[in-house]
Amino acid sequence: MIEIKDLHKAFNGNIVLDGVSFTVEEAENMVVFGRSGTGKSVLLKCMIRLMEADSGDVIISGQDVTKLKLKELNELRKDIGFLFQGAALYDSMSVRENLEFPLIRNFKLSQVEMDKRVNKVLEAVSLEEAIDKMPSELSGGMRKRIGLARSVITNPKLMLYDEPTTGLDPITSKEISSLIIDLQHAFKMTSVVVTHDLLCAKIIADRAIVLNDGKIVAEGDIKNLVTSEDPLLKNFFSDEIIEENNGRVQ
Amino acid sequence: MNSVLHIFVKVKDHFIINQKLNLNITSNTDKFLTRTEKSVTDFFEMIAGLFQFSFKFLKEIFIPPYEVEQIRKHMIELGMKTLPIVGVTGFILGLVLAMQLSPVLKRFGAEAFLPGSVGISIVRELGPVICALIFAGRVSSGIGAELGSMRVTEQIDAMEVSGVNPFRYLVVTRVFATTFILPILTVYVIFISLIGAYIAVVLVQNMTWDYYLDRVIFAVEFGDAIPGISKTFVFGFIVGIVGAYKGYTADSGTEGVGKASTSSVVVSSLLILIFDMVLVKLTLWLWPTVK
Repeated sequence: MIEIKDLHKAFNGNIVLDGVSFTVEEAENMVVFGRSGTGKSVLLKCMIRLMEADSGDVIISGQDVTKLKLKELNELRKDIGFLFQGAALYDSMSVRENLEFPLIRNFKLSQVEMDKRVNKVLEAVSLEEAIDKMPSELSGGMRKRIGLARSVITNPKLMLYDEPTTGLDPITSKEISSLIIDLQHAFKMTSVVVTHDLLCAKIIADRAIVLNDGKIVAEGDIKNLVTSEDPLLKNFFSDEIIEENNGRVQ
Repeated sequence: MNSVLHIFVKVKDHFIINQKLNLNITSNTDKFLTRTEKSVTDFFEMIAGLFQFSFKFLKEIFIPPYEVEQIRKHMIELGMKTLPIVGVTGFILGLVLAMQLSPVLKRFGAEAFLPGSVGISIVRELGPVICALIFAGRVSSGIGAELGSMRVTEQIDAMEVSGVNPFRYLVVTRVFATTFILPILTVYVIFISLIGAYIAVVLVQNMTWDYYLDRVIFAVEFGDAIPGISKTFVFGFIVGIVGAYKGYTADSGTEGVGKASTSSVVVSSLLILIFDMVLVKLTLWLWPTVK
């Protein structure tokens, strides 16, 4: 489904991605771990060409994203959902308009079909009552849920999540993680999740990679990574475990 | 011997102090030059960016889908938002202009020319420019802040990811709306200004509205109105494109939004005045009858 080959990205000489390569199989949930500033979000944005990589290839569904023309890229993007860190809901539109926006622009659906899809995703995120609210009236967790609903409304084959649980309390964070898994099963999607939340990763991940200084330093099953004797991983995950033990909900 | 040594120490100290002062002057000069160099570079980068942005606009405007509904929405929204403030400004402008001109014309025994001179001033220059400047202050900053905030909260990225061209949806529609709503607002401002001027005229002269209007229409030629109104299309474009450019390219953070909003007003107002100068010269050159 996804193949990243030798991806490089630097900002003003500061290397952020330094030859990142990995693959994600169809219907797999891949979690990208790493401390803040290690290039996780940049990796995600390069995958969908919100940022241009300096070199390397990003192959999604057999197409090299880095070489696609804008029109072809936009066609491919219709099959990709992206949940932004702050949900990125359109402030000037109501929840309904936010959800209808990608449908109106990309699909020729009747109003009845659109309503059906809107109700389906709102039901999936348990926020049917928020349909006519404005984003400013929603809490952080609700915004994330609506953002998630907007991302999956087009039935994407691939979902990219940028820190889906950042800024949320532990309970909401766990709910969002579970919701991601439920939606993944319901919509049969492949997912790449960027996070530094171990709890979220434990719920979601089939496989994980750890980024450090722009390079992949470990790859494999999340349980193996957490129990690894590698000093870097030990240090990274021990901090997370301390955070968990300091009051996170298991 | 001691006094010689004392003098030597004094001279040495003086030399060191001077050297230190010189060093400070040099470092301050360096800082000033670096700052100036940066400002000049930033300015030219902005101009180049604006040109590039404008070319992109001209390219995108012809590519479907045409966001007619969005353009209509922005035209109504921006027009309604600016209508009261330009109306009040226009009224005061006409009133004050007539009040100021009246004693001056009286001095030369040319009071009868008051409606005509006020009309020409408002139609040819003051109405379009004042309206454009007020519009820039109200709308350009609004567009800059709105798009800037969409940029920093990743709403523009979200639009791009969902396969929608955000430039066409957000920029083209707004610039199109500002370009075509400003001339309409200008006609309104001219009309309100003439009413304001009439009130001032009535205060000093016994003149009916019909006579006043007749004098204005007699003085203002078609050749005065067309260039005056036409240049507001350019001003409207400037207001829209500068606001959109500043917002669309805003730096991250709330500071970036603030900067986008403020600099939109400054740059668009400055460009309106510069283009006014160029367009007046161009009009006089291309259309000598309006001399």
